[in-house]
Amino acid sequence: MKALARLDLTDAATFPSRRVEEWKYSDLKRFLREAPELSGTAVVGAPGPFYDLGGDAIVFANGRPVGVKDYIASGDQTLRLRFISDATGTGHTASARIVARPGARLLLLETHEGKGSAYVAHNKVEIDVASDAEVTRIVLTDEPDDAISVAEAEVKLEAGGRYRQIIVATGAKLQRLETRLRHEAEGADARVDGIYLLGGSRHADLTSVIDHVGPNGTTSQLIKGVVRDEARGVFQGKILVQKGADDTDARMGHHGLITSERGEIDVKPELIIYADEVQCAHGATVGTLDESALFYMQQRGISADEARALLTQAFLIEVVDRIEHEGAREVVREWLTARL
Amino acid sequence: MLKINNLHVSVADKPILKGLTLDVPAGEVHAVMGPNGAGKSTLGYSLSGRPGYEVTDGSASWNGIDLLDIEPAERAAAGLFLSFQYPIEIPGVPAMTFIRTALNAQKRARGEDEVSAPAFLKLVKAASQSLKMDFDMLKRPLNVGFSGGEKKRMEILQMALLEPSLLILDETDSGLDIDALRIVADGVNAMRSPERSMLVITHYQRLLDYIKPDRVHVLAGGRIVASGGPELAHELEAEGYDKFLPEAA
Repeated sequence: MKALARLDLTDAATFPSRRVEEWKYSDLKRFLREAPELSGTAVVGAPGPFYDLGGDAIVFANGRPVGVKDYIASGDQTLRLRFISDATGTGHTASARIVARPGARLLLLETHEGKGSAYVAHNKVEIDVASDAEVTRIVLTDEPDDAISVAEAEVKLEAGGRYRQIIVATGAKLQRLETRLRHEAEGADARVDGIYLLGGSRHADLTSVIDHVGPNGTTSQLIKGVVRDEARGVFQGKILVQKGADDTDARMGHHGLITSERGEIDVKPELIIYADEVQCAHGATVGTLDESALFYMQQRGISADEARALLTQAFLIEVVDRIEHEGAREVVREWLTARL
Repeated sequence: MLKINNLHVSVADKPILKGLTLDVPAGEVHAVMGPNGAGKSTLGYSLSGRPGYEVTDGSASWNGIDLLDIEPAERAAAGLFLSFQYPIEIPGVPAMTFIRTALNAQKRARGEDEVSAPAFLKLVKAASQSLKMDFDMLKRPLNVGFSGGEKKRMEILQMALLEPSLLILDETDSGLDIDALRIVADGVNAMRSPERSMLVITHYQRLLDYIKPDRVHVLAGGRIVASGGPELAHELEAEGYDKFLPEAA
């Protein structure tokens, strides 16, 4: 296995294939053999799903920042981070940097909004959570089914920092949403949740690497996904507990539903522990919708499609309910319900 | 009127119903009794359209509507309600949400106006009171963690709110103590009307002391082998099903 170079859309040699362990379920090289031409400019259209929650905005259109691309939160703030793609057959890269100063509380509402077709988007965000700061990151993706999209988040948590994340992925031809999070210092608390809801021949890959360096940290992760048709969902969750990261409490759960003959879910949970005195657990299940429940609902007059949607929503909503911010929770709930 | 003619049903290619013929006129309550394995539950499931219950011959219609030709949800909208012997748990869907979704789906299918949330709340409160149910139970996911008796009451509550015209009760007495049985039977009896037909499927005569049938049929070997008045149920209770079993026929 060769070392993994950082992905660079201008250099095809950095495109990983499935022979790279971290990309074995999401073979980027298969869909992208050569570096794409650079996308032209794009117009920022509709205001995005989180508009009503207000706050500040960072907007990238085809990788180009419309205004600032860095943000420092020092109080109680809301930031909408919008990655907009409107391109056909071309590629673009964006990178943003977010800092939450000590004691700050930031609600980060990130959207990947795609139009056009067959584009390649590579969106990166670095998030520093200072001591006793709190960042809630909510990610919604809405991209064409022939797009390729790779999003990378690099999160650093200082002492007592609090981080809450939920990604709601609806896939693309190949969509990968990667989170790398480090508990740099003592007593940080992370929640790294996710949902994937996929139909057609869409592919979504939620990959996370949580690295406990400081002691006494907690990580909680709940991922739920539903695949229909010929879609494919991937979850790779790695939790590392380094030597000295004693009293770490890390829990990971993945639950998937396949509602078609040809849907596929690939799950790879990994716990790697070098410290003593840790509490770690993971659980993973993949199943199908309960046929007897579906019949029971239909017997009461609910159509087969509505019964499936109701059971799917009931299955996924547990993750949405973990969003503490009420306004954001309602937006995500409605956004998801509209896509069942 | 429910008309079942020469109904043949197979499950996993095994014939279970073998030419069942039965009519239930409007306003009447008919009991279907029979030994275990006679095909009693199969009758309820095949009339309501459960996948896996394959009708290989015969017909079944309700008020002139060919039941076997339409989807399970359409059969429900046409008035058919099957009270399950073992009601299914629906995790994550509160009972009240479930019933309102079902009621409005049926109303939409019939081209009627939907019931608003406040109007529905009023209906549910009244119906749950008359069944002596704790209203908080309706906020919990449907049937999840409910006792056998609670599940049966929830079935009757749904029946009262959905107001079906053709009721099929599959072993409704199983798992009920005598007090719960009385409450459930009162709920069913309150639904009796000149337009409604009921098919009460039961192994034991006990339920028929509370829900008095107009006619009693014996189902054995996949067919109706005897029919009579309410006194037939008492005969069966005293003598058992032996004389109706295929070996003795």
